[in-house]
Amino acid sequence: MNISRSVSLLAGMSLIFLGSLATPVSAADDQFKHAEKLYDTYCAQCHGADRDGNGLNSTFISVQPRDHSDPKGMGDIPNDEIIEVIKKGGLAANKSVLMPAWGEIFSDEEVDQLAAYLRHICKCGSN
Amino acid sequence: MMKAYLLAAMIGAGFLASSLTASAADGSAILQSQCASCHALTQPENTSLDRLWERKGPDLYYAGVKFNKPWLVKWLQDPARIRPAGEFYRKHIKKGDKTDVVDESTLTVHPKLAQADAEAAADALLALKGPEGLIETGKYDAGKKPSPMAKMLFTKLRGCYACHSTGDGKGGLSGSSLETAGDRLQPDFIYSYIKDPQKIDKGIWMPKLKISEQDLQNLTGYIAQLKGKEGK
Repeated sequence: MNISRSVSLLAGMSLIFLGSLATPVSAADDQFKHAEKLYDTYCAQCHGADRDGNGLNSTFISVQPRDHSDPKGMGDIPNDEIIEVIKKGGLAANKSVLMPAWGEIFSDEEVDQLAAYLRHICKCGSN
Repeated sequence: MMKAYLLAAMIGAGFLASSLTASAADGSAILQSQCASCHALTQPENTSLDRLWERKGPDLYYAGVKFNKPWLVKWLQDPARIRPAGEFYRKHIKKGDKTDVVDESTLTVHPKLAQADAEAAADALLALKGPEGLIETGKYDAGKKPSPMAKMLFTKLRGCYACHSTGDGKGGLSGSSLETAGDRLQPDFIYSYIKDPQKIDKGIWMPKLKISEQDLQNLTGYIAQLKGKEGK
């Protein structure tokens, strides 16, 4: 294999690699942009900047906030329940009273967007 | 002789009026020159999330129904941080050993005012009442002692403690510290803000809870009695 062939092969592979990185991320960015902003404004204070349940306030909460990056824990929760808990708070689904109801602040559409975003960050399917 | 008295009275009245005007003007001028770049002094039309992220300090266009004057005068001369994670918390956190922690390096210090300026600025702030009906006045019954359950409501049952500290290094950090809330805030404001934070501070990261009148009274009473050593 001569040098120029190696270089063009490498360049081609790099392009494919970059392409595979760029396309889904930017598409995801667009799709979840608003939900991500909502999460960072309202949810991150307890659920964490890394979405792992270790938010700024988590030390002072008697029940550890849900780790949204955990595929197993999140995968076990049906969509309806996620939506219910965001809207009506933890008590509505026999979960922690410390998860407040956000239904007065988010529109139904925003709750749906957030639920889809949670599925996206836990990488745990749709149901 | 009568004319001389009249003239003296007119001069006196004129002097008083001009000094009052000068004082009021100074306060407003201080707000415009020193506060307006970080705080909204008039109700903003833009209540988007982007604005919430960009604002550098809490809105002050309703300061007159929010703060107590003695606290304002004192605080403006010696401002201690009220929001442990700044305004706004999400821009001032970093990953700690396990949990997110406050990134102190990103926090700024509030400017200090001299005593006369603090007095004038406090007067000007207290004149900013916000729109009619922003808070509910007279609903909180200050004569009624909060139930012994009030602290339990705050720390556990309604979860306020998850975001708000009451001093001693305990309590959450994304909300304002309530260690001296009784010195700082008017009870009607505390009542109204707990009842509907979004009505007063659109988009704020505090939820609107479904809360009974009895719990509202108790929580307001509990928070209103949180005072610094000198306020007790």
